[in-house]
Amino acid sequence: MRKFVLLAGLALMWLAAQATAYEIEDRRSFGPDGASRTLRIISTGDASLFEPILTSFLQSEPNLRIDYVVASSTQLSRAIHEDGAVMDVALSSAMDLQTKLVNDGYALPHRSNATSSLPTWARWRDHLFAFTQEPAAIVLNRAAFDGLPMPRTRQDLIALMRANPDRFEGRVGTYDVRQSGLGYLFATQDARSSETYWRLTEVMGGLGVKLYCCSGLMIDDVVTGDLAVAYNVLGSYAQARPEETQIEVLLPEDFTTVMLRTAFIPASSELPDIAGRFIDHLVTRQWDNAPGLSQVFEGAELTRDDQALRRIRLGPGLLVFLDGFKKQAFFEEWRSAVLQ
Amino acid sequence: MTGAVRKKGSIRRRLIIQLLGGAALLAILMFVVVRLYARDLAADSQDEILSASVTSILDAAAVRNGTLALDIPYSAFSMLGNVSDDRVFYTVTRNDAFVTGYQDLPTPQQGRISETRFRTATYRDVEIRMVTAARRLSIAGVPEVVEVTVAQTRDGLRQTLNEISRTVAMFGIGFFLLAAFLGVLAAQSAIGPLRQLAGSVSRRGPEDLRPVTARVPEEMAPLVAALNSFMSRLKASLTRSEDLIAEAAHRVRTPLATVRTQAEITLRRVDKPENRQAVREMIRAIDESSRAAGQLLDHAMVSFRSEHLETKGVDLCRLASDAVERLRPMADLRDIDIELTLPGEPQILRGDAILLQSALLNLLDNAIKYSPTDSTVRVVVSGDGTAGRVMIRDSGKGFALGELKTLTQRFVRGGNTSGVVGSGLGLTIADEVARAHGGSLKLENAKEGIGGCASLSFLLASR
Repeated sequence: MRKFVLLAGLALMWLAAQATAYEIEDRRSFGPDGASRTLRIISTGDASLFEPILTSFLQSEPNLRIDYVVASSTQLSRAIHEDGAVMDVALSSAMDLQTKLVNDGYALPHRSNATSSLPTWARWRDHLFAFTQEPAAIVLNRAAFDGLPMPRTRQDLIALMRANPDRFEGRVGTYDVRQSGLGYLFATQDARSSETYWRLTEVMGGLGVKLYCCSGLMIDDVVTGDLAVAYNVLGSYAQARPEETQIEVLLPEDFTTVMLRTAFIPASSELPDIAGRFIDHLVTRQWDNAPGLSQVFEGAELTRDDQALRRIRLGPGLLVFLDGFKKQAFFEEWRSAVLQ
Repeated sequence: MTGAVRKKGSIRRRLIIQLLGGAALLAILMFVVVRLYARDLAADSQDEILSASVTSILDAAAVRNGTLALDIPYSAFSMLGNVSDDRVFYTVTRNDAFVTGYQDLPTPQQGRISETRFRTATYRDVEIRMVTAARRLSIAGVPEVVEVTVAQTRDGLRQTLNEISRTVAMFGIGFFLLAAFLGVLAAQSAIGPLRQLAGSVSRRGPEDLRPVTARVPEEMAPLVAALNSFMSRLKASLTRSEDLIAEAAHRVRTPLATVRTQAEITLRRVDKPENRQAVREMIRAIDESSRAAGQLLDHAMVSFRSEHLETKGVDLCRLASDAVERLRPMADLRDIDIELTLPGEPQILRGDAILLQSALLNLLDNAIKYSPTDSTVRVVVSGDGTAGRVMIRDSGKGFALGELKTLTQRFVRGGNTSGVVGSGLGLTIADEVARAHGGSLKLENAKEGIGGCASLSFLLASR
């Protein structure tokens, strides 16, 4: 018995050492205290965003606790890839990193009725499953556009900014693609979709663009009026703040990049069965009480014109942008456009 | 007639088994060949798309500002994703030094730079297919070799192969079932003529030894020829033996007549009662022999004429009254009265008058023989327009019940006939004549319990 306790203690210490190797932003627990099993979820999404779905899952799983760890997409990737952290579910908006983790063999397969009823673009290899689709939006401050027509496309925006440099000087924001995985994903996909992206980036660079790490901060600055335009903001975050009437969320009509939030079961999972059920729950659940998180099922109407939707495709194509050479080349081009 | 036939196997079964075996073998062969072919095809298509991927990466390799720039096109990997969900690995080296990608990927197949090289290896515990190609670049005036390897797991290949296997297996099973069905049909139709022949031969009457004339397949010709020749030999042999019997009977009858005449003359001369008794016994024996000889001749005649039946219109009434007239003297000797009842109109049937007469004479003779003295034999002719009947009824002991079936066989005599001269051929003759004319002989006992009743029935000629 003493030996066992000793061993268990050592194991716990080792686990703790492991757990600290990657940086976490938040850690929350759900479910009864005395539960015998703990489902470990690592996610890039705010706990508040996911709380409803976690609690609804716990209702069907008595005697289960959920340990919900929030980390950035890079830290999530590092936790699974390098630190070998024991996790049962990995949820992330960084589709490229998720794809790479699955491609490199850090995921377990999962097949169920729920996953097989997903559209083919919403799953890859029976390992990676999309459970929301979220557009990259342009968030505008209404007051800043006073007297100007509201833009509907990137071209409109470019024309407006070129015509009114005084009004927009220093009041344009976007992701710093070198810092933010999601920003990089949006930028690379935009660049792949249209040359307009580079023109827009150059125009924004000329206006002294402010660079951000996260969507939330950008939206905050648009709300206060520090920013007139925030480009490539996670639409779901903006739509989750309907009380902010001074902002306008624009899904550009020329094309709107749509990111899929994805989940997989890490190979290190100790509860793959429950993890599988959790993924089923994720993909089948109505996301009605989470505005902006559009479900993967039932096609999800994101814009009036579905033609303009560019869903980022799951699959090996995403690995291209993670290549070191490719990344360096992209950063250089981006830097020369932004930092003139 | 029907001896046990010793069987060995069945042609039909053997045919079916061989056809099924062949079909199964072909189906399996098809499955194996198609599967092998499909695997080559699927592997080739994977190699091709991997080659295309490698080529597009190599094409993007360029020298910019004196350094290597490698802008991997999005399509290089997305094209792999279009075909299957397989995992993708790649590595790029410059003069054999790692540049980017997966550093721990197995070393590629060695070969000339200009060649596209293929290798199947194991990486991270799964089977991968690697395609490698290289290109010479001049970087800062120094020639260098950039080598690109793109690898993919083979799950898609395996899945494609499984799908093809399933389809081909279904196809093979369908093919086998169809072939089996056709095989059974073929076996049935092959065996058909044999069954027809067996049927037609076994349906034949006992005396029918005519050759088989129906057209038969070539393979059966020797069998049918042998059967025909066997039957003709059998028939010849039967005819010969009947001829012999007839000849013997004829040869015996004439001397017997002489012997009988002499015996009667002797009887008149002999006075001693015991001698007279002896001579009488002799005469009686002679009568019996002569009668038997006569009936044997009759029978031979019936057999012969039955085969070459002459058909003419014959009136049953005429025949019956003729027969009664002929045998009336014999009946009178024994104080037996013959009562003949005839219908108002003639009963005409098509047949051989001599044969029919012989049949009637035999039946009437039997009736007289087995009737006690001072009794009546009734002969009734009747008809209903389609069938005519002659019924002869005596007041004798009747037929033993258990013997009704066997009495018409040759030389079979009833168990209750002792003391009466007879050969056992009378009923046989009547029966054969009836059959030869498509009629029948029916034997029964009178309902009142006295006497037997024999009736001959025939279909009447339609007017």
